[in-house]
Amino acid sequence: MVVVCGSFQGKSPVKRHVPLALVFITGFLLVIQYFVPNDASDFLYSYSLDWVIVIGIFATALGLWSLVKVTTSKIKRRQRGWGYSVVTLVGLVVMLVAGPIWGIEDGTLFMNLFWYIYTPIQATMFSLLAFFIASAAYRAFRVRSLVAGVLLVSALVIMLRLIPLGPISQVNQVFASWILSVPNMAAKRAIAMGVGLGAIATALKVVTGIERSYMGRD
Amino acid sequence: MNNESSLAHKLLSIDRRWIFLVLAVAVVVPVFVDFSVPIHVTSEVKAVYDFVEAAKPGEIIFLAIDYDPQTMAELHPMTFAIMRQCFNKDVKLIISALSQNGPGMAEQAIGEVARETGAVNGEDYVYLGYKPYFGIVILAMGQDFRIPFPEDYYGTSLDSLPMMNGVRNYDDVRGVIDISGGNITEAWISYANGRYQVPVALGVTGVMASDYYPFLQSGQVFGLMGGMKGAAEYETLSDQEGTASEGMRIQTVAHSLIIILIILGNIGYFISRQKGKQI
Repeated sequence: MVVVCGSFQGKSPVKRHVPLALVFITGFLLVIQYFVPNDASDFLYSYSLDWVIVIGIFATALGLWSLVKVTTSKIKRRQRGWGYSVVTLVGLVVMLVAGPIWGIEDGTLFMNLFWYIYTPIQATMFSLLAFFIASAAYRAFRVRSLVAGVLLVSALVIMLRLIPLGPISQVNQVFASWILSVPNMAAKRAIAMGVGLGAIATALKVVTGIERSYMGRD
Repeated sequence: MNNESSLAHKLLSIDRRWIFLVLAVAVVVPVFVDFSVPIHVTSEVKAVYDFVEAAKPGEIIFLAIDYDPQTMAELHPMTFAIMRQCFNKDVKLIISALSQNGPGMAEQAIGEVARETGAVNGEDYVYLGYKPYFGIVILAMGQDFRIPFPEDYYGTSLDSLPMMNGVRNYDDVRGVIDISGGNITEAWISYANGRYQVPVALGVTGVMASDYYPFLQSGQVFGLMGGMKGAAEYETLSDQEGTASEGMRIQTVAHSLIIILIILGNIGYFISRQKGKQI
């Protein structure tokens, strides 16, 4: 607590207390709102959703500004890989201009750039994974212990589910469904509940002002 | 070095470039060699198909297209198959695209299927487009579609579209089918199903599918299509010749190759371990 508060010692009381009060009031009201279904509560909810969308739009503008600042600084200083920054900036400007001027429907410059440059690049990057997965599976998937053996057998059953093997496929499907619906689900549920409890704890810490890292440091 | 050790050494030290080459051949050859792969339909995919099939003409289904180009090989066929099925049955669609590159995916699918089926914008479907912060958008649509989307993707006011007459929020749609390559899926489950109790079905990539089985059993999700296999199952059910059924040939050969590589690696490992000299 001392450490957390220490990082805000240089800030004025307004900078310290106003954000905390805003977060507390907003968080508290929205929690109450969830459990009180009436017109006033619905209005508060809709109004706050509008606010979040507006704030989000400002955040997008901030992101754009940040991208331009970082890339131009890299180009000016001729830092390593500055050529990529030029490509980023050119791409940004072209797409920003092409959309509003010629539209974003099928067949426009914007959509053609998307389909014939961006889409193949993304698809290619993702497709490369298949090669690395094949190589990694060959090298790493070894039965070094009982646990590794169980993992390997489970992985093979799930993979074989995607391959037609005649009558064996029916039997394999039963095993695959069992793996997905019983041990997999038990593990996933445990993780999901842990994450959920963690999220609630973090939210409570933010609302009550214990967690303040979102305010940044001096 | 005796014969067994030599074999083990060879099996354990295949150059990765050979693996890349063999996999490339395994992916390319089935594109040109025509053979069919039998598709076994699972109950979770059939649940999605039955849901759409049971919709009456004029009813509305919300189709969320939340994926980017890198996952389109697996997910685009699902979108096409569902759109075709809906438009052929005169079931109407409200479509959103909440991932950054989703609008391009949706625009292409809508354009192609609308041309095929004669579906009309504003009458048979409404395309809402993209808005950032998907969690907030999904929550806001539970109040009114017009909060995050006062206009559709093409800039037309939702109030002026005949299909949106009397349609306010999730209460007015039969359910949501989210086709997603990322974590937007969880927002649909938590917010659309959790908060507004709208039935949700999912179409996700193969690697994501196992993450969503718990939601299937708990009833938070009523159907699940996983990867290209899921898409191929849907195409089989809806009697459509799509790219997923074709892609299953390639996937079958590639997966078989990976399994063979795993087996070869383990044979080499066991031989070397028996000889007491693990490589």
